[in-house]
Amino acid sequence: MKELLDLFLTFARIGGLTFGGGYAMLPMLQKEVVEQRGWVTEDELMDYYAIGQCTPGIIAVNTATFVGQRRRGALGGIVATLGVVFPSLIIITIIAAFISNFAELALVKNAFAGIRVCVCVLVFNAILKLLKKSVVDKPTLALYAAVALLAVCTDLSPIWFVLASGLAGVLIQSRKGGVSK
Amino acid sequence: MIYLQLFYEFFKAGLFAVGGGLATLPFLYDISDATGWFTHAQLADMVAISESTPGPIGINMSTYVGYTTGGIPGAVIATLGLITPSIIVILIVAGFLRAFKDNRYVKAAFYGLRPASTGLITAACWSLVVISLLRLDAFSSGGLLAVLNWKALLLAAVLLALTRIGKLKNLHPAAFLALSAVVGVVFRFGGA
Repeated sequence: MKELLDLFLTFARIGGLTFGGGYAMLPMLQKEVVEQRGWVTEDELMDYYAIGQCTPGIIAVNTATFVGQRRRGALGGIVATLGVVFPSLIIITIIAAFISNFAELALVKNAFAGIRVCVCVLVFNAILKLLKKSVVDKPTLALYAAVALLAVCTDLSPIWFVLASGLAGVLIQSRKGGVSK
Repeated sequence: MIYLQLFYEFFKAGLFAVGGGLATLPFLYDISDATGWFTHAQLADMVAISESTPGPIGINMSTYVGYTTGGIPGAVIATLGLITPSIIVILIVAGFLRAFKDNRYVKAAFYGLRPASTGLITAACWSLVVISLLRLDAFSSGGLLAVLNWKALLLAAVLLALTRIGKLKNLHPAAFLALSAVVGVVFRFGGA
């Protein structure tokens, strides 16, 4: 019970500190879930992001469910996910009920322009950590560069990148003899 | 029964939208067209607010649309509808992963998936850089230098340095977010 409460509160904090989409959650997850609590490893987190981007639903929820279930099974997955959506429910309901021009307020506009700069830097730092674990040789460097470039320049769905790179992983490893070992 | 319909519509969005919060947007337009619960203009406002409040954008949008349609119960039901397919699918995938995590094909697939996943996050980060550090619309009038948002770039440089300094780099990311919010307000980053 204590562990479930801890899961809920941790993910509520992460949800409340996520400014943007699921990728903005990454620095919080690395800090709270990998470094401070050791609930999952950096590798696992990366796998969850990869899968979360090509399975239905929004990435933030998919990742929360993954980490929660890794920790405490199906119930853990549900509790972590409810935690991550909890701050949104409270904050948005209050804004929707009382503040009609919220996004137009000067204070909000300026604060968020500052926050967005910070999210850039935090996500950039998070990416550097991921690169150390994911780009381990020339083929993975090529895969990384190709996906980053194509994802910036085209409107292709992430599904195709994930399917193609998974297949590429199997092909590369089998040429190296890694699959038959 | 509007609550049942809300749950159903958002369940559908959660089941078929792939790739993050903004991927739910086309589904929200469909809901608007099909039900008339809210207009496209209202939806645009809701997206703006969802982007400037804490919490993942997709969740913020479902809560907002739900609240507009059915009050507080509507907000809860729409959000639960959106996350239910994720929970079911991910629990199944996680079970599968646990069973096959030592399988050599699965391992080889993840060898390729990890750099791709990092690449997708890099692309997301790039679009954030374009929005917050650059002003591409200024290119036609002011040339190359006008494209750079100097105030934002300076803050980014300071943050890059701070997040690498001895004790500071172990601070919780929230500390840097709070600092940036204050800097944004004091130096009018949003131009407002």
